[in-house]
Amino acid sequence: MTGGRTRARYQLAIEALVSTTPRGRNGGFGLMPEHQRICDLCVEVKSLAEIAALMRMPLGVARVMVGDMAEAGLIAVHQSNTTEGKPDLALLERVLIGLRNL
Amino acid sequence: MDFATSSPPERTAGPTTSVKIVVAGGFGVGKTTFVGAVSEINPLTTEAVMTAASDGIDDLSKVPDKTTTTVAMDFGRVSLDRELILYLFGTPGQNRFWFMWDDLTRGAIGAVVLVDTRRLADCFSAIDYFEDAGLPYIVALNCFDGTLSHAVDDVREALSIPSDVPIVTCDARSRESTKLTLIRLVEHAMSRFAAMR
Repeated sequence: MTGGRTRARYQLAIEALVSTTPRGRNGGFGLMPEHQRICDLCVEVKSLAEIAALMRMPLGVARVMVGDMAEAGLIAVHQSNTTEGKPDLALLERVLIGLRNL
Repeated sequence: MDFATSSPPERTAGPTTSVKIVVAGGFGVGKTTFVGAVSEINPLTTEAVMTAASDGIDDLSKVPDKTTTTVAMDFGRVSLDRELILYLFGTPGQNRFWFMWDDLTRGAIGAVVLVDTRRLADCFSAIDYFEDAGLPYIVALNCFDGTLSHAVDDVREALSIPSDVPIVTCDARSRESTKLTLIRLVEHAMSRFAAMR
């Protein structure tokens, strides 16, 4: 499934959001079954962790697959706005407002 | 004009930003209960397979294949606005799976260390980890039966928690209580952020 690789080319955060691109939606018959399932799953946005859990595959395997699929243009990966790897103040404020409005 | 003058660079449906908070604490302290109380989905479980050298990590003699072991963690999801999702990750039950913690804490807002006051020592390793990592955290005393066997000040002293780290009480089963705990953590992370400028 991962071509023997266990390390993704780039380190996706476990909370990174993944959505299926129009190309992924129209993937048709050429896709590997797992890729097709991930494309189906991410029509509604999912995190890497959700993909791993729902596909019942280890996190590392899901990470490699998602990296490959992003490179093939089947899915888009949205990483968050961070400053030196941490959420910035504007993002924290949004989180705070969101929590208070729950 | 009938159409918008500006359009997003890429057409995307739904949320595009995510953040995470880590929920740590000893085995059986109520991490999954805490996550489930506020999550909009039933907590999911994701697994990581560890294949590296594992001496001292776990009792692998009970595992048929002695070179691998699986670490599971539960997580939940909270939509905060149309474009923003918060994920809550419970740490694996065994505190010694540090390789998993690095993955969990990278880029996190911070951590809630859930404490059962009857078993204070269970959270030592989590607190040490977050202190070393410089990750903002707060300590939440989970009140199972509405009463606390230790006063907050006693807990601070017993666990040597720095005076600037908030200690709150919470009921991990209550949505309102877990929500307030998360708000306290985000406020703490923001004050830490401001202080570092």
